[in-house]
Amino acid sequence: MSAGVQLSRRRFLQVLAGTAGALVIGIPLAEAADPPLPPALLGDDYRGLGAYVRIDSDGNVLIGTRDPDTGTGTSTALPRIIADELDADWNRVGVIPLGLGVDNRNGQPFWRYGHQTGGLGDSIPAAWADLRQAGALARWLLTQAAARRLGVPAERLRCQAGTVIAPDGRRFGYGDLAEAASKIALPTAPLPLKSPDRYTLIGQPAGDVDARALVTGQSRYAIDSDFAGALVAVLAHCPWHDGSLGTIDTADALAVKGVVKVVQLRPEANRLPGQTVRAPAVAVLAENTWAALQGRARLKLRWQPGASGSAGSAALEQQATDLLDDKNATGQLVRSDGDVDSAGKKAARRVEATYFQPWLAHATPEPMNCLVRLDKDRATLVVPTQAPQQAWAVVQRLTGLAPDQIEIQVPRVGGGYGRRLDHDYVAEAVMLAKAVDKPVRLLWTRQEDLAQDFYRPASVQRLNAVVDRKRNLIAWTQRVASASALAGRGVPDDRLWASELQADQLPAGLVPNYRSSWYRLDSPIPRGPHRGMPHLANAFAAESFVDEIAHALKENPLDTRLRLLGEPRQIPLANGGTLDTGRLANVLRLVAERIEWKNWLRSVNGLGIACWHVNGAYVAHAVEAALQGEKLGIVRAVCAVDVGRVINPLGLEGQVAGATLDALSAALNLAVTFKDGQVQQHGYKDYPLAGMAQLPRAVEVIVVPGDRVPAGASFLAMPTAAPALANAVFRASAVRVRRLPLMKELLRLL
Amino acid sequence: MVQVQAQPDASRPIAPEKVREGIDLTVNGERFVHTGDPQMPLLWYLRDVLRLTGTKYGGELSGADLVLLDGKAVPAMGVPMARLAQRKVTTVEGLAGADGSLHPLQQAFIDEDAIGCGYCTPGWLIAALDLLNRKPRPSDDDIDQLPVLCRCGCHTRVRRAIRRVANGGQS
Repeated sequence: MSAGVQLSRRRFLQVLAGTAGALVIGIPLAEAADPPLPPALLGDDYRGLGAYVRIDSDGNVLIGTRDPDTGTGTSTALPRIIADELDADWNRVGVIPLGLGVDNRNGQPFWRYGHQTGGLGDSIPAAWADLRQAGALARWLLTQAAARRLGVPAERLRCQAGTVIAPDGRRFGYGDLAEAASKIALPTAPLPLKSPDRYTLIGQPAGDVDARALVTGQSRYAIDSDFAGALVAVLAHCPWHDGSLGTIDTADALAVKGVVKVVQLRPEANRLPGQTVRAPAVAVLAENTWAALQGRARLKLRWQPGASGSAGSAALEQQATDLLDDKNATGQLVRSDGDVDSAGKKAARRVEATYFQPWLAHATPEPMNCLVRLDKDRATLVVPTQAPQQAWAVVQRLTGLAPDQIEIQVPRVGGGYGRRLDHDYVAEAVMLAKAVDKPVRLLWTRQEDLAQDFYRPASVQRLNAVVDRKRNLIAWTQRVASASALAGRGVPDDRLWASELQADQLPAGLVPNYRSSWYRLDSPIPRGPHRGMPHLANAFAAESFVDEIAHALKENPLDTRLRLLGEPRQIPLANGGTLDTGRLANVLRLVAERIEWKNWLRSVNGLGIACWHVNGAYVAHAVEAALQGEKLGIVRAVCAVDVGRVINPLGLEGQVAGATLDALSAALNLAVTFKDGQVQQHGYKDYPLAGMAQLPRAVEVIVVPGDRVPAGASFLAMPTAAPALANAVFRASAVRVRRLPLMKELLRLL
Repeated sequence: MVQVQAQPDASRPIAPEKVREGIDLTVNGERFVHTGDPQMPLLWYLRDVLRLTGTKYGGELSGADLVLLDGKAVPAMGVPMARLAQRKVTTVEGLAGADGSLHPLQQAFIDEDAIGCGYCTPGWLIAALDLLNRKPRPSDDDIDQLPVLCRCGCHTRVRRAIRRVANGGQS
């Protein structure tokens, strides 16, 4: 290879011909032999290439997608970003997940594809930054090949839907040009990218690339994968992650036909949660799942509690309330603007409210599972993960293999929501495979999945506002007491608030005197990242509270918000971005208009509204709720988003509607509680995700067109759904729900 | 790590296993005879024995494990093989025609992009088919009763897909 095109600072695109005359655009490897790459992309050539795009001589295009797709649509959106730049015919594009791209650089891992995480809302921005170059390079090479064949300068050729077209109308399909293109020297500088007016796929709706496989049951998740000779492992975890096994009797379990072995697992000492076995466990390994489950049911185990054996969610909530009541307690200051104390002197009106939000579980539709095969110098895994690079680290530590001796395949994932950023289940599967010297297919039951989670911590928040004589909100104090999700994860003590509060969250930047602080609680209950954290909890408190302020002032809550946002302007944020008050006001106005907010006082049903911003994207919800006796109906849900440029409007609509329903489901029904350190929810019976009857029959999604760099949307529509609902419930019932889950609290207050 | 190995009992003479009565059943139009544990739930028979993995494990009440048993949606977790003699099971793999032509409901799911992570999709398809079989033009209240859980929030798009089929393919 003579030249590479810079993809990012450390990664270069290169080209290599597959033996069947294909053009393959990818990233060169170090001198790795037999690297773990998707054979489909490489054809017969396995040497020295990490691939994004393959164009075959028959004109078919195969695009590799690097980020795990947990249902956020990256396996459709990412390839379309490349395909648009390539001017490919989408009908002839196939998509495959790339799996983890790791090379061996002097014993250290080198992440070949750069960004490889899913569900954090940064897949699209990252792809926009570097993946377009892969498509541009392929198109440039094909155009050069056509130019040589036609004797026409490349500048005079144009590309359209998989063909290069000459001014006189002569045309070549990409397949005809692939082999010749693969022999052309690469340009020495990055190629110019298309101007937006020439986009053919970006901004156009596209259905999920896996749709046909999914509706025919052909799609394979990790849980559906198998290796020859693999044993099925199911676990009985200790109910206390810091507990231990007292007595064990395995005779009955081993007597079950098909049960092969019983193995005990223990967490490794001094490892971060999420990188080792989550709790002591006894695994039953069997020839099939049913035998393993029966074996597990026949285990006679006595577990002994550890220090967490006395932990309870009710006591922790009381601690939180006491802490916020304690005049002498000081929290960690997250943000301080102006002087909230002296602003109090100008108070014409003060408002205070306390909000409670419960512990939440992830309840991914596909429970934790992992398939692993260990060979002498090779580990092969199929993992439902959001972060294959972190899964790799767990496997590497447990096997001692070289970076490129570990292959991690990541098929479509049955939901992530942050749970699969931790890899305790991967550690378990690898340990079991080592113990039995056979491939292992680990499966958690739903009960284990709910009981062995890293939970979204509960929080108590107290908000105080000061309004002056001219009805201006002049001071805002937000104090959050919680057990940080970052505790025990190697984060310095003075940064533990970062999972609980955002320095930039509304109304920061809009109120002259503003203070937010976090009050630390400690809890032995394992905690971890959760979809939309910490926006989900804080938007519920803040956007409910804005409504309470409006109510105290006898104002229209839309007007209160718009006045707070003020003139369209850019407000610098602590995280380096900016808050565009004009864009935020716009989404607010759009949902207000759609739901006919002008009727907010007259409407028989309650109307509620809320807005928020997340990482440069803007969202607002308007909800219409009807209360008949004790039956709450969500009659309408409207959501407007502004994410800048939209890659796939259909995918975005799905994400926005889906996140709305997910947030409503959690807000209506869901709470995890602990007693004596044990989870009290054992299945969907106790953790009742909302069904269709409780949810709105449609979510009206309004997408603001834009041309800014696209922002992620995977959880954008989460934060505002619940406060809009609570605000609507208040209008419908005069009952202010400050405690989630909403249904339980509403029925208590009605 | 402590391991306990299943030990063959040397004192017992090895006798040929008793021939089990097979359980005759039809899955997606094909006949099978199950000679294993009659208490094995259909879900694990489908997934582990027949390797039909379209029917998912999601736990009780998830709906991910719904199959059609003689045309009615039932959770495959809750049906032991013993109850399946001479019964007809249809899984998501059996919805399309032998020539690969999709069932109108499958097509409607594609047309409405009624998919989140996709894990619950087979459950929705089976539940909706059961409903459409009983009531070709279901009301919204009927659709509300579908016993499938979903965290990605594809409910509204699933509803549109069902309406589309009820309207003869029009959205």
